[in-house]
Amino acid sequence: MASSQTWLLRPLQERSTQIFLGVLFSALIVVTFLHLFMPQDSALHVSAYTVTLLGKYLCYALLAVAVDLVWGYLGILSLGHGAFFALGGYAMGMYLMRQIGDRGTYGDPVLPDFMVFLNWDSLPWYWQGFDMAWFAFIMVLLAPGLLALVFGFLAFRSRVTGVYLSIITQALTFALMLAFFRNEMGFGGNNGLTDFRDILGFNLRTDATRLGLFIATGIALAIGYIICRAIVTSKLGRVSIACRDAEARTRFLGYRVERVQLFVFVVSAMLAGVAGALYVPQVGIINPSEFSPLFSIEIVVWVALGGRATLYGAVIGAILVNYAKTVFTGVMPDAWLFALGALFVLVTVFLPKGIAGLLQKRKKAQDDDDPATAQEATA
Amino acid sequence: MSMFEQLAKRDQVFEFLAPAASPVDVRHGPILYLEDVNVSFDGFKAINNLNLTIDDGELRCIIGPNGAGKTTMMDIITGKTRPDTGSVWFGSRHNLLTMTEPDIASLGIGRKFQKPTVFEALTVFENLELAMAADKRIFPTLTAIMKPEYRDRIDEVLEMIKLKTLRDKPAGILSHGQKQWLEIGMLLMQKPRLLLVDEPVAGMTEQEMERTAELLTSLAGKQSVVVVEHDMGFVRSIARQVTVLHQGSVLAEGTMDQVSNDPEVIKVYLGEEA
Repeated sequence: MASSQTWLLRPLQERSTQIFLGVLFSALIVVTFLHLFMPQDSALHVSAYTVTLLGKYLCYALLAVAVDLVWGYLGILSLGHGAFFALGGYAMGMYLMRQIGDRGTYGDPVLPDFMVFLNWDSLPWYWQGFDMAWFAFIMVLLAPGLLALVFGFLAFRSRVTGVYLSIITQALTFALMLAFFRNEMGFGGNNGLTDFRDILGFNLRTDATRLGLFIATGIALAIGYIICRAIVTSKLGRVSIACRDAEARTRFLGYRVERVQLFVFVVSAMLAGVAGALYVPQVGIINPSEFSPLFSIEIVVWVALGGRATLYGAVIGAILVNYAKTVFTGVMPDAWLFALGALFVLVTVFLPKGIAGLLQKRKKAQDDDDPATAQEATA
Repeated sequence: MSMFEQLAKRDQVFEFLAPAASPVDVRHGPILYLEDVNVSFDGFKAINNLNLTIDDGELRCIIGPNGAGKTTMMDIITGKTRPDTGSVWFGSRHNLLTMTEPDIASLGIGRKFQKPTVFEALTVFENLELAMAADKRIFPTLTAIMKPEYRDRIDEVLEMIKLKTLRDKPAGILSHGQKQWLEIGMLLMQKPRLLLVDEPVAGMTEQEMERTAELLTSLAGKQSVVVVEHDMGFVRSIARQVTVLHQGSVLAEGTMDQVSNDPEVIKVYLGEEA
């Protein structure tokens, strides 16, 4: 009993996790304070727009953590995590659509606007139940989790790894994008789901709800980080690293490599789904472009920039790149992709371990200067 | 009616009800038994009517020129390669041909590869921890905690393989010889009944070779050990029983002296070296 509890809480005793959570919660508190208590005209005031923007970054950060879990610790380069993110987003979007009720343009109490427009006379079976929050929130975990389970079961059982797996994940998200573009699928086609009003009874267009969503995202990121940390610091985490570095050897030790891969992959997909679900109410729309292969590749770039196999590096990478994206696309929209490419090349050449690698190097240099640890090393 | 009486006998213990304390049945002597095994790859006969018996607690050396089928034989025993015909038994209860690689590993057959493959990103201690005999399913592994008796067991093996001072260093920094010992240590953590050791001293210095010989001979008796080796000096220093493989089948078997005086063996193998 005690052991099953401690494994989940073990990360809280780690210094790196304490620092991470400390920084995250301080940021949440500072932003909340500046938003609520600074006068509107003050330079320090954080507008509702900025709060939502930061909330979006935190969603991306959670998504990056999910990708780092499979790429950094398991060696599975998933180029399709956008699909899990989007599925979580669609599950949330369907709930938000049902919450509109008869306030839509066509005023139908049950059918969302796009269904009325397409002359559908009843709700498809897979839209049933999404008017209930608990059902929708379970689906946020279940839909990406099930896809990852089926996909991962087939891929890992036939020992598909490396580049081949990356290509298949890319194909997966592309196929889903094409499917979701079709009106007949019943997910709003290329317009996606939008025009949301309420979440859990709170009006989505008020500043208070936006702040609440931002804080909820921060907490979700903290929990997601702790779960990932708990996995990677457990014996299973060391087995994952073993699978990453020498798969055949791990199999000979008696571990079911494909099950380890499947478990971690499903956990990662669920975290990506949660990130997507929190993203949708903040940006106010979900459409098939989230499935685009390019987006999934971008996530990998964030993780690579931040530093693989550190988790906090993924968070740093996601926030920095997306901040840069916001700035650049504002100043010169055409240059953004070039800037991203240049950044990626520079980091790969000069910082192969990403920004986190730079931090670790500095810490190591400090340790070497410290006579106590130096003595220990020679002893 | 008589069948019912038989089934109802109160002193009868059915095989499947017998306690599985030691699942490997060696009451009849041999721990490993290969009979008439054949394997061919694209028409090339890698193993040709191979018959081999290893007794419980024995230290056996297997020698043979390149392409004699030594590694393929190991692959068959560990379940990596399936033979075309023949039978392979572990003790007298387990038919290895019906089992998967992880099942065979957890039954107590440990294999050391030619190239040392340790997990370089993990420490020496963690390498041994992963190799430890334990419940290796997902959730027990996720919630596993390091108990004092596990720690003692790992330290005991660290002592045996003489890597105690490097306990918390990443395995990537070890020398070639040290990696080989760590691998043997990882095998020992699984408490195997049978150790398959593939070319343990390739690329080692004289000193390292001596220590490896010491280590392997100290293991025999507690475990059965099968060593595949090219280095004749090393084989002479540890072997009691030697099997010579040639073109996928057994050419000669006996003590080192018997084998090295066999004219056939001299012709195909020792002759090459002289």
